[in-house]
Parts: sequence; C-alpha cells; structure tokens
Amino acid sequence: MMLSASKSPLDRVAAHVRDMPPSGIRDFFEIVSTMKDVISLGIGEPDFASPWKIRESAIYSLERGVTHYTSNLGLLSLRKAIAGYLGQTYQLDYNPADEILVTVGVSEGLDLALRAILEPGDEVIYHEPCYVSYNPLISFAHGVPVGVVTTAEDDFRLTREAVEAKITPKTKALLLNFPNNPTGAALGEKDLHALAALAVEHDLLVITDEIYAELTYEGTHTSIASLPGMKDRTLFLHGFSKAWAMTGLRLGYACGPKALVGAMMKIHQYSMLCAPITSQEAGLEALRNPADTIAGMKDEYRRRRNYITSCLEDMGLPCVFPRGAFYAFPRVAELGLSSKEFALKLLDEEKVAVVPGTAFGACGKGFVRCSYATSMDEIKEAMVRMARFVKRLA
Amino acid sequence: MDELLKLLKENARETPENLARMLNQSVEEIQRRIQDYEKRGVIRGYQAVVNRDALDSDLVTAVIEVKVTPEREGGFNHIAKRISKFEEVSSLYLMSGTFDLLLFVSGRDLKEVAWFVAEKLATIPGVLSTATHFMLKTYKADGVYMDVEDDVERLKVTP
Repeated sequence: MMLSASKSPLDRVAAHVRDMPPSGIRDFFEIVSTMKDVISLGIGEPDFASPWKIRESAIYSLERGVTHYTSNLGLLSLRKAIAGYLGQTYQLDYNPADEILVTVGVSEGLDLALRAILEPGDEVIYHEPCYVSYNPLISFAHGVPVGVVTTAEDDFRLTREAVEAKITPKTKALLLNFPNNPTGAALGEKDLHALAALAVEHDLLVITDEIYAELTYEGTHTSIASLPGMKDRTLFLHGFSKAWAMTGLRLGYACGPKALVGAMMKIHQYSMLCAPITSQEAGLEALRNPADTIAGMKDEYRRRRNYITSCLEDMGLPCVFPRGAFYAFPRVAELGLSSKEFALKLLDEEKVAVVPGTAFGACGKGFVRCSYATSMDEIKEAMVRMARFVKRLA
Repeated sequence: MDELLKLLKENARETPENLARMLNQSVEEIQRRIQDYEKRGVIRGYQAVVNRDALDSDLVTAVIEVKVTPEREGGFNHIAKRISKFEEVSSLYLMSGTFDLLLFVSGRDLKEVAWFVAEKLATIPGVLSTATHFMLKTYKADGVYMDVEDDVERLKVTP
C-alpha cells in the first residue's frame, strides 16, 4: 500500500471556506481590544441588559427544571405568541403549526434559508453597505452573492431599477435588510411596493431580515411580507436581539410558506435540533406586552440618534438621517483620509472606536459607522473627542 | 409624562443644549418650556439623590403610618398641612387603606425621632394612632440604585 503525502491542516479546509477573507470588523476589533479607556461607538448590540422581567422568567424556568429539548420548530406557545405579535404589529399572518421556525438568532435563520434554497451557482441579490454576514453566508451555501450599491446621495434607498439591472436567469432570491445596519436607512412605501412588484414579475423569492423593525423612529415599519401576493414568496426573518436587547440569548425566528419553512426545519433539526429552551422561555415573556417592554429603550435610542446626528452635523460630518436601527453612517471622505485611516487615527488620538464603512462592503468607502447603542454619557464624551479630532484634521 | 419632564426627572442637571439635541428642538424652546413648568408649579425643585448609607452619619429615617380623624370641613387637608409643617417631616402622603397619612420623618438618631412622634405628632388633636417603622437600608430610591454593580463587559467592536 502506498502512503500518500500528508496534507497540511490548511489543505484540509474546503476551498470556499479557506478563500473567504475574514470579516473586516475582526482585525479592527483586535486593535481596539488591546487598548484601554476606549469609548466604543463600534458595538452592534444594545448597551441595555435584557429587561429584568425577561431575565427573571428565564431564571424561573431554570428553577423549575425546564432544561429539555423543545420541538424542532420551537415551543408551540412561543410560536403562537410570535404569530399573535406579528399579526397585531405588522399585519402578517403565519400559522404557528407549520409556518414559523424558532431559530438561534436571525443569523441561523438566514443561513438555513440560503442553504434550503440555493443550488451551486444560484445568484442572490443583496444591497450594500450591509451587515457583514450576507455575502459570506451566500457563498458558504454555494450561491453567488450579487451586490447592489446604495448611496448616500440617494439616502441609501434600494430602488427597483438598481435591483433589476442585476437580475439574470440565475437570480434566485433578493435579500433585504431594512431598517439597515450600518446606514440606518428604512425603505419607503413606494420603494417597498416597487420591489415587491419586481419580485413578482421576475418570480423571485424575497428573504427579508427585519431585525431592526421595532427600532423605526419615523413613521411605522411595513414588512414586504405583508404586501399583497408576497407571503408565498417571502421568508421573513426576525428575532429578539435588538429591540428587546437579547443578543446573547440568541433567539430569532423565520416565517414563510410551509414548504420553505419545512425545508429549513430539516436542516435545523439535524444541525441545531432546537433553539436553547431558556432563551425560548425568555422570548415568551418578551412577547407579553411587547410594546411596553421596548418603549423605554426605543425612546432612548431616538434621543441618542437625534443627539449624535446633530453633533456630527455640527462638526461637519454629513450623515443621512437614520430612520431606524441604532447607527449613524457619516461621510468622512472630505477629511482626506480613507475610512480605515480615519478610524485608526481617531482611535489612536482620541480613543474613540468607530467602524470603517468598508467593513460593510466596498461602497462603504469614505464612511464610518457610529453606533448609538451606548450610553448617552459615553456618546456625549465621544462627540466632544470626535469634534476635536475633526477640527484638527480640517 | 412629557419627554422633557422625564429627562429632567432622570437628570435635572442635563443642559438645555443637550436636551435640545436629544429632543430635536431649539435651545430657546427648551428653556422656555422649562421656565413654563417652573412657573406653573409642575417642577417644584431640583435635588441631588444622596446615598445616605455612604455618608458617615447616624441620621435615621422612619416611615410612620398615622390614623387621624378627618374634620367636618376640609377633610384631611387641614391636619395633613399642619403635620407637614414640621421640618422633621420630609414627605407626607394621604393613603387609602388601614391608615390615613404616611410620613417620612428624619432625625439625628432614634431618640430624636421617637421624641418627635411622642411629643409632637401623637399629641396633635385629631391624631388617633401612629405606627413607626425605621428604615434600615436603602436599595433603590426614586428609580436610582444605591449600590453600583460592576459593568457587564461587552465586546468592544461587533458587527
């Protein structure tokens, strides 16, 4: 028998994983985490702990010994609560029996959706700048990510025309995220209807990540899934991380037509089995009087948004007024530094961390993301430091 | 409650400039509204929330339940106002239930509070009975925690 030459550990990694560049946010994180006394506007999660009544009900469930597997789809009581909440809040109509799957955050939901629908070479259109995981998750599922650029000049709108220009016979799905991380953009009714019509015309599936839905500060949030004719071609992804401040509890859900949710459930049942039961118990409590539970945090975000955008404007960093989520995305290009240079210099000289816009796609060039999911006191101090920094550069 | 009032209740020292930015209004408008609240008596004052337990002092506070006889004219108001005039009384509320008035009374030590109850409060015509409870420790007052818990660490940069 011939012994073949031993592969190096790296050779054993699948090519499509090996060739994926690490997240642009990662190396920046490494730098920031070595520094002391940094005020970070780089954090994409609430500064609030989950509301006490939610934590308390999780504790109580542990006391009662509720520590077992749940149904693969998630606790029926939780799915019923989700159905009730979505119906009341977003006029969405999902059957808790087979149209709702409780997932480990929207991240898992999105991964399942992509793995369930994509065959090698299928294209998925998504918009940039965007959350860091969209492009890699499409690739990991053997799909082809097709980015559409949105611009500050156009208030980071996603227009029908821009999407249509990228449609090919291989286009399988359109992936949306509004309110948007990192721009804070929300989609107007007109664009929403136009995109829905486009999806129908080209028979596309829409995957919509609406994790920031409740954190909409101007008007009310409308889900594309609620538009006429869209339910059967939409996978609606949502969860508890942002509005309920439950990021680390990793709890989300995917809703859609039975066949699609069933396909996702197949992958979920073999890979994840179920979302953690303690988190599901917490989720149940989160959906009791949900509007009251999140109102205080939402009001605080709104005030911080007003504060931060007004300060950025005063220091000469124009910023599209964020209508949702908890990020401001000012342009720094006029200062003669790249996004990354700006972020590194600001960190070095004033100990304020912001995330370079390029972490969210090439078209984030010239921008930085400032999260206002940090305390008002920290934001105030960060704005003083940033203004001083910008003044020196100008 | 209106958002401006809520913010001032949380932090009365917040500057009009910051309030203006947060509420997306002009500084002048914020100043005008605060003045209006003061004039109308909606805002009755501004105080620091002091953690007494952190002070080196033996000051004691008692919560006292008082039963009184309401008067034919004026009901509880007359006697309540009379009791509230003692400077030992820091708060006074009319209550429903098994007693009528709830008092917060502070004194240099236990003896002083006991003396106030026996000599002043209980002897007021119309006061039928008193029940005095001494406070041992404050955990939370007016929405403010007295013990500061360590910050939970968050990753410094996340997507």
